[in-house]
Amino acid sequence: MRKAFVPLLALAGLIFMTAPILIMRARYESTMGLVQKIFYFHMPPAMLMLLSAIFCGLISMLYLIKKRPVYDWIAFAAAELTVLYGAMAMVTGPLWARKAWGVWWVWDARLTMSLLLWMVFVSYLLLRRYGGPGSETLAAGLALFGMATSPFVYLSVNIWRTLHPLTSVVPTLPVDFAFALWYAFLGFLLLYIALMTMRVRIEEQRALVDQLYLESEE
Amino acid sequence: MTAFWRAVWIIARKDLAIEARSRELINTTVFFALSCVVVFSVSFVGEGGDGRAMGEAAAGILWIAIAFSGTLALGRTFERERYGDTLRALLLAPGARPAVYVGKLLGVVMLLLATEVIIVPLVAFLFQARLFDHALLLVSLLVFGTVGFACVGTLFAAMLGRARSRDVLLPILLYPVTIPVMIAGVRGTAALLAAEPQLEMARVWTMLLLSFDVVFVTLSLWTFESVMTE
Repeated sequence: MRKAFVPLLALAGLIFMTAPILIMRARYESTMGLVQKIFYFHMPPAMLMLLSAIFCGLISMLYLIKKRPVYDWIAFAAAELTVLYGAMAMVTGPLWARKAWGVWWVWDARLTMSLLLWMVFVSYLLLRRYGGPGSETLAAGLALFGMATSPFVYLSVNIWRTLHPLTSVVPTLPVDFAFALWYAFLGFLLLYIALMTMRVRIEEQRALVDQLYLESEE
Repeated sequence: MTAFWRAVWIIARKDLAIEARSRELINTTVFFALSCVVVFSVSFVGEGGDGRAMGEAAAGILWIAIAFSGTLALGRTFERERYGDTLRALLLAPGARPAVYVGKLLGVVMLLLATEVIIVPLVAFLFQARLFDHALLLVSLLVFGTVGFACVGTLFAAMLGRARSRDVLLPILLYPVTIPVMIAGVRGTAALLAAEPQLEMARVWTMLLLSFDVVFVTLSLWTFESVMTE
């Protein structure tokens, strides 16, 4: 995985450099015009945030069962990336909403759900940062609960209020829309994997340093 | 199975016995809930208003008071164990680990329900809220909501027993995860308080709370074992 880091990052960089050309060439959306272009940089991080949250929950569950440190490192990295990608979605979203709906924020189902899920993972990072020794296991429990609570959040906010375009519009997009979208998605995905690789490697090295330090003390 | 429930009962009874002697938690929790209600009434009841026709806000105030005072009680229950250094002893006791969790949960739920017995009539009294027109639905919303909130809360409070800055971390971790309970509780109660009570809606929310309880109690039982092993 370590060897793949540089090529991954380079490929992601290449995609991010070329994506604007595709996005520019893609057809103008008739009602929203230029502002709709932000979509290509909004939907991929938002979707990856959700996937990353589920991934973090599953890996944490594995950690609770097997207690192998590598699962903890991956879960930690996934939680950080969930917060990072969530932040990207939360910045691009309001920019688009201001133009499309006239307000920065609405308490619509999908927005509420994303905000709450993002908050769970921010609290995960706070726990890791301030929880002191032994917080890995607690954090794993939290990630598991964060994952388990999301369907309930989804259900409850859906019953409570439903303005955001449905996910079901994505497969029906015109071809050039869809191509630019999935191209951007691929860029974000590769960036995710590259960052994940780096982050896990850092934790691995940190554990190694700790171990060497303990050995030299003895 | 009977051994399991006996262990559960012993632990819950122990907590309730301590509580019955000192009445520390029930007194502080009820007073704290009352303070919450008063603070919120300041922000929601306008000048010269009598709190009528604020159905939705009354539902919100009730549930916020429950959640806030619940957090306080949860923190204290485990603080007590930590103080006497008895959590380890509790975990080392023969019998299934999950029994410790269920016993603690039972103690917390009973305490919170006792608080609600005082706080619900108080909200009805202070805000002229017609909370008792559909008492059965309200009671089921409250019971399922309390169990949902407490089952996650008990696990988190137990997990945080050994962590640094646990007092700050408990509400931070607890609120985002239990937000479905808050939404269902508040919306369900608001449906009952509406000018034309929407019973069907209240039933939907009750079912949602019940399914939340089932999933999270199961998950907590499974997680407790692995999280509490050092």
